[in-house]
Amino acid sequence: MTELRETEAATAAKVAAIELRGVVKSFQSHGETVTAVRGVDLTIAEGEFFSLLGPSGCGKTTTMRMIAGFDEPTEGQIILHGGDVVGVPPNRRDVNMVFQSYALFPHMSVFENVAFGLRRKNTPKDEVTRRVGEMLEIVDLAGREKRRPRELSGGQQQRVALARALVNRPRALLLDEPLGALDLKLRQAMQVELKRIQREVGITFVYVTHDQGEALTMSDRIAVMNEGVIEQLGPPRQVYERPATAFVAGFIGTSNVLSGTVARADGDTAVIEPGPGERILIPGAAAEAGGTVELTVRPEKIAIGLHPPDGEACALRGTVTEVVYLGTFTNYTVRTSTGAEVVVFVQNASSADDVAASGDTVWLSWEPRHSYAIGA
Amino acid sequence: MRRRLAPYLLVLPGGLWLAIFFVLPMVVMLSFSLMQGDVVNGFQLTWHWQNYTDSLSAYDDQLIRSLVYGLLATAACVLLAYPAAYWIAFRGGSRKSTYLFLMLLPFFVSFVLRTFSWKFLLADDGIVLGPLKNAGLLPQDFHVLATGFAVVAGLTYNYLPFMVLPIYVALERVDPRLIEAAQDLYAGRAQAFLRVVLPLSVPGVFAGVLMTFVPVSADYVNATVLGGTNNTMIGNVIQNLYLVNNDYPQAAALSFALMAILLIGIFAYARALGTEDVLEVAAR
Ligand SMILES: Nc1ncnc2c1ncn2[C@@H]1O[C@H](COP(=O)(O)OP(=O)(O)OP(=O)(O)O)[C@@H](O)[C@H]1O
Ligand SMILES: [Mg+2]
Repeated sequence: MTELRETEAATAAKVAAIELRGVVKSFQSHGETVTAVRGVDLTIAEGEFFSLLGPSGCGKTTTMRMIAGFDEPTEGQIILHGGDVVGVPPNRRDVNMVFQSYALFPHMSVFENVAFGLRRKNTPKDEVTRRVGEMLEIVDLAGREKRRPRELSGGQQQRVALARALVNRPRALLLDEPLGALDLKLRQAMQVELKRIQREVGITFVYVTHDQGEALTMSDRIAVMNEGVIEQLGPPRQVYERPATAFVAGFIGTSNVLSGTVARADGDTAVIEPGPGERILIPGAAAEAGGTVELTVRPEKIAIGLHPPDGEACALRGTVTEVVYLGTFTNYTVRTSTGAEVVVFVQNASSADDVAASGDTVWLSWEPRHSYAIGA
Repeated sequence: MRRRLAPYLLVLPGGLWLAIFFVLPMVVMLSFSLMQGDVVNGFQLTWHWQNYTDSLSAYDDQLIRSLVYGLLATAACVLLAYPAAYWIAFRGGSRKSTYLFLMLLPFFVSFVLRTFSWKFLLADDGIVLGPLKNAGLLPQDFHVLATGFAVVAGLTYNYLPFMVLPIYVALERVDPRLIEAAQDLYAGRAQAFLRVVLPLSVPGVFAGVLMTFVPVSADYVNATVLGGTNNTMIGNVIQNLYLVNNDYPQAAALSFALMAILLIGIFAYARALGTEDVLEVAAR
C-alpha cells in the first residue's frame, strides 16, 4: 500500500514522462477499417517501470509504435516529457525502442550496433568508445565487441539490443516483448537483469508483454489491455487481487469468476445464497437485494472439504470433475451449484492423500475478504 | 554409404552437363588458341603463344572500347535499376510481382529484334529524330545511331533486368524494422538508407554487376546494329575472325585473353567489395 501511495505522489509531483490522451489508431487494410487502439489514456511517471499487458492482438505494439513515432495516432495526443510529439519523426523523439525481434543491424559488429545512435548524434570519437564500453560492461558483453549479431546467442542478442538503446541515455525506453524469444530459464535471468539495469540507469521503462507473471514481478504499475482499450491500470498487487473486470480476472492468473443474484445486503456486504447451506459473502459490493453481482476468488484462497464449513465462511457445494497432481499443489476443478466451474489449488504439505476424488461431492469454503466484486 | 554418396549423385547430372558443354569446348578452344595454320591446310598445335600477343596488339582499340562500354553500361544499369528495384521492394505493396513482371515483359521478345527496334526508333530520320529535325530543334546532320552513345544505351537497355532482379532480391530481404530501428536511433531517412539499406543491398548490386558487366563487355549485337563501323567491340572482332576470316587460333586467343581480363577484374572487384569490412566501414 505504501508503495502505491509513493508512486501516486511521484506521478503528481513531476512532469509525466509519457502521457497518452484519448489515443485512437485505425488502420485501413483491404478496404476495411481496423481499429487497433480505441481511446487510451495513460500517464507514466519518470523512472517508472510500466507494463502494458494483454493478449495477442490487443494493440500493445501499436501503442508502443505511436509513442516511438513509427505510427501517428488517428486521434488524440501523445505527450513526452511535457511536449506534444504528434508529427515529430522517431529520430527526433527522446525515447528508444527495443524491438520484439531485436532488429540488430546484421552487417555491423556488436560495437557498431551499440555505437549507432551516438554516431548519428555526432558524439566525439573517444566518448563513443568510452560509453559503448561502459554499456557493454553493464549488459555483461565486454570482450565481444567484434562479433556479428548472428554469432551471438539469443540472450546475448537481446542484451545488445538493450545496450544499443540504453547507451543513448534516452529519457524513456520502450521494450516490446523483449524476452519473447527466450527460453524460460534465460527469460527469468533476464527479468532480474532488466530490473537491475533499470534501477541502475534510473530511466522510465515501458514494457510490453503478454506474460502476466513477467508483468507482475517486474512492474511498478500495469495496464491490462484488451481489444484496444485499457481494462485496468494499477500496481501489480491491486491488478492481481482486485481485478476490475471479468476479463482482467480471467487474464491475470487463474481466477474463478462467479455470479449470482443478491439475496440480501448486510451493511456493505452483499450475500448470495445459491442453495441450502450455501452462501457467498462479498464485502464492499455496492449491490442491492435482487441485483446481480460478479465476483472473483483466487484458487489458492479456497479450501476444499467433504463437509460444510463452520462459522461465517463462504460455502459452496459442488462435484469434483478433475484432479491434477502438480507436485507441491493439487489442482481440483469443481462444478458448483451455481453452474460455474471453480479451480482450487491445495497445497500438498497439509495432507498426504488427495482430499477428494473425481465425482465426489465436496464443499468449498473461503474467507469473505477473499471475495471481490468485479468492478468494485 | 548411400547417404554419403547422395550429394555426389545430386551433383552428377549438372556436373556432366557442364563437363560436356563447357569444359570440353573450353579445352578444345584453348588448344586452338595455340595452333597455327589455315582452314584449307588444317591447323597444327605448335604452342604458338604469339597468337595472344599478335591479336592483342592488333585489336587493342576494340578491347579497351569493350571494357569502357562495359563499365559505362554497367554503371548506367546500376543507376537505373537501383531506384526501380528499391521502389518495387519497399513501395510495391501487394503488386510487387506484377511490377517485376512488367519490367521483364519486353524481354520475352527476342534480343536481336529488340535491338533492331532501337535502330528503327533512333534512325536519322526516324520517328524521334525526324520530327525534332523538322521542327528545327536539332541540326539536320544530327544522329544517334553509329555512335558510342547508341551502343552503350542499347547495352544498358538490354541488360537492365539482370541488374534489377538481384538488387530487388537483396532489398526485398532487408527487414523494414531495421530501417525503423535506425530511425529510432536518430538516423534521418538519408542516414538510414546510407547506413543500413545500402550496405545490406551491396550483395545484390555485386551480383548484378557480375551478371551485366561480363556479358555486356562481350556483346556484339548492339555494336553491330547500333554502332556502325567505328564503334566495334571485341565481340565483333572475335565474331569476324571466326566467321569471316576463319582465323580460329587468333579468335580463340582473343576470347581467352578477354576471359582472363574479365576474371582478373572480377576477382579484384570481389576482393574490394565482397568482404564484410567494406560493409562495416560503410555503416560507420
Ligand atoms: N499496419 C497494420 N495494418 C492493419 N492492421 C494492423 C496493423 N498493425 C496492427 N494491426 C492490427 O491491430 C491489432 C493490434 O495489433 P498489435 O500489433 O498492436 O497487437 P499486439 O498487442 O502487439 O499483439 P502481439 O502480442 O501478438 O504482439 C491487430 O488486430 C492487428 O491485426
Ligand atoms: Mg506486439
